[in-house]
Amino acid sequence: MSRLTAENLTLAYDRRVVARDLDVAIPDGSFTVIIGPNACGKSTLLNAFARLLTPTAGQVLLDGRMISGYRSKEVARKLGLLPQSSTAPGGITVGDLVARGRYPHQKLLRQWSAEDEDIVRESMARTGVLDLAHRAVDELSGGQRQRVWLALVLAQQTDILLLDEPTTFLDIAHQFEVLDLCADLNEREGHTLVAVLHDINQACRYATHLIALRPGGVVAAAGRPAEIVDADLIADVFGIQARVIDDPETGTPMIVPVARTRASAPSLA
Amino acid sequence: MVTARVTTGVVVRAFGVSVRVAPRTLVVVAVLAALAAVVSVLSMTVGQVSLSPGEVVAALFGGGTPVSEMVVLRLRLPRALTGLLAGAALAVSGALLQSITRNVLGSPDFIGITTGSATGALITIIVLGGGMHQTSLGALVGGLATAAVMYALVLRRGLQGFRFVLVGVGVAALLLAVNYYLITRADIYDAVAAQEWLTGSLNLRTWPQVIAIAVTVALLLPLGALWSRRLTAMEMGDPIAGALGVPLVPTRLVLIGAATGLAAVATAATGPIAFVALAAPQLARAVTRANGPAVLTSALMGAVLLGASDFAVQRIFGTAQLPVGIVTSAVGGLYLAWLLAARWRGRT
Ligand SMILES: Nc1ncnc2c1ncn2[C@@H]1O[C@H](COP(=O)(O)OP(=O)(O)OP(=O)(O)O)[C@@H](O)[C@H]1O
Ligand SMILES: [Mg+2]
Repeated sequence: MSRLTAENLTLAYDRRVVARDLDVAIPDGSFTVIIGPNACGKSTLLNAFARLLTPTAGQVLLDGRMISGYRSKEVARKLGLLPQSSTAPGGITVGDLVARGRYPHQKLLRQWSAEDEDIVRESMARTGVLDLAHRAVDELSGGQRQRVWLALVLAQQTDILLLDEPTTFLDIAHQFEVLDLCADLNEREGHTLVAVLHDINQACRYATHLIALRPGGVVAAAGRPAEIVDADLIADVFGIQARVIDDPETGTPMIVPVARTRASAPSLA
Repeated sequence: MVTARVTTGVVVRAFGVSVRVAPRTLVVVAVLAALAAVVSVLSMTVGQVSLSPGEVVAALFGGGTPVSEMVVLRLRLPRALTGLLAGAALAVSGALLQSITRNVLGSPDFIGITTGSATGALITIIVLGGGMHQTSLGALVGGLATAAVMYALVLRRGLQGFRFVLVGVGVAALLLAVNYYLITRADIYDAVAAQEWLTGSLNLRTWPQVIAIAVTVALLLPLGALWSRRLTAMEMGDPIAGALGVPLVPTRLVLIGAATGLAAVATAATGPIAFVALAAPQLARAVTRANGPAVLTSALMGAVLLGASDFAVQRIFGTAQLPVGIVTSAVGGLYLAWLLAARWRGRT
């Protein structure tokens, strides 16, 4: 079963088509990871799932209904998005920024309750930014800031979370911390996660469902990482030669690019 | 167990309403409201019949002499109210547009709306030979028509803030040329009337103007204030705001419409008054240190700025009746230079 699916999707900016006839289903309760080279349309696909981009053809279905038929706040209570980049308003404190995640739950006149405050605190604790609550977001490091945005999306309390490169700016320890947090949200609380990741080995470790997008927004393969990731797929999607071995820690596929890829790889136009 | 708050502001709970507000904003609102009242009373003391503030207040509440009541209620109150309301309308228009375009220069004076109003007014005066009320109507139509054209130009390719400013600046330049052309075509009497209108003034403003702006402000200010939370979210970027459930396109369309209406009606009533729409929202943000368009504080700030400018004009130049637009233009030029200099220093 899939609460979130895309059927026959054609996605375009003005007249530039990014993807054509795309069919994607996000399995319920999965930790889906999307991989693919730069500019292949990963963010564009997430934006279409979050109803930020209207498809030129085809449709996105959320709980069996066309997503365009929902009221904006209704979508925002079912599905949250961490965009690839956002701007923190000047001078705002961490707590106040995270509090903005409560927006879709607020009414015109009933905007703030003790419950909201608790949810905000809880979200900040989970991403490890509680101690920063009263600091200005401007003054934080890139990695701290990323975890603040993640807390904002958690405060939105949606079943489905779309995360566009949640590990950018993070050092390797924090990368794994965020991925573990995602795995927790997925396994313990039944959230459905869709994340774009650039590290294929991390993707293979954490994903229960992997979607590989080729340039031109074409799904090269989708399924469990162990079933779909091999040297051919990596060559097909990224245009590099790599050996695929078993991750010595987890047994999941692990890619090791061959030496001097640059000299032998086809151009990455 | 007592846990410390993680958010700022005080939570006000009363009558089923619960909102989180910054104490600083509450203080600023109270101070500005008081200032607006003081400035208005003071400006009603000056004129051919000099009154004390006490006499003005007495006249306002029906306890004055027949002369003071006549002077205050018939002549000076409409002028003062026009000033307060036009100031508020321009400021809110600027606050909304600056927030939507994420650009300080996205205020109605720069993106052609005020210039379009002037074109409408000049056509009425010079080509159609209309009087004061027709001129107001012409200005209103001119401002709205300009905004409609810009909408059409920008909308085709998505409503992005920066493009709106660029198109607006282009439209403004074009209309300015049209305005000069119209004046060169006018005979001397019309040219004087046109020039007078173009400097923006509160002289001789009466109840019809007050009512026109009051109705517009009463309708559009609450809309702007209630929807300002959406703009506050949109200042973080379209993707996150959209994902939080802000309907981006309708919000922009409706609020640009509201901002246009406010600026056009204010300009129709007073002629173009520079600087208020640009500066009031910036000053309001600076004193409240709040994010987002700060609609209410901007409105009060605009009312105080225009009220104070008009008081200064009447006080300093007495019965010479210098138009208030000249004062706001002069102050505005200085402010703009300062703003650009501050940005410049901040960059390097
Ligand atoms: N707002 C936009 N307007 C026009 N074209 C866009 C816009 N956003 C993205 N594109 C184009 O669409 C294509 C897909 O972009 P997208 O951001 O989806 O790539 P991506 O797979 O997320 O890449 P990355 O790994 O670099 O984040 C690119 O060619 C890009 O230039
Ligand atoms: Mg991307």
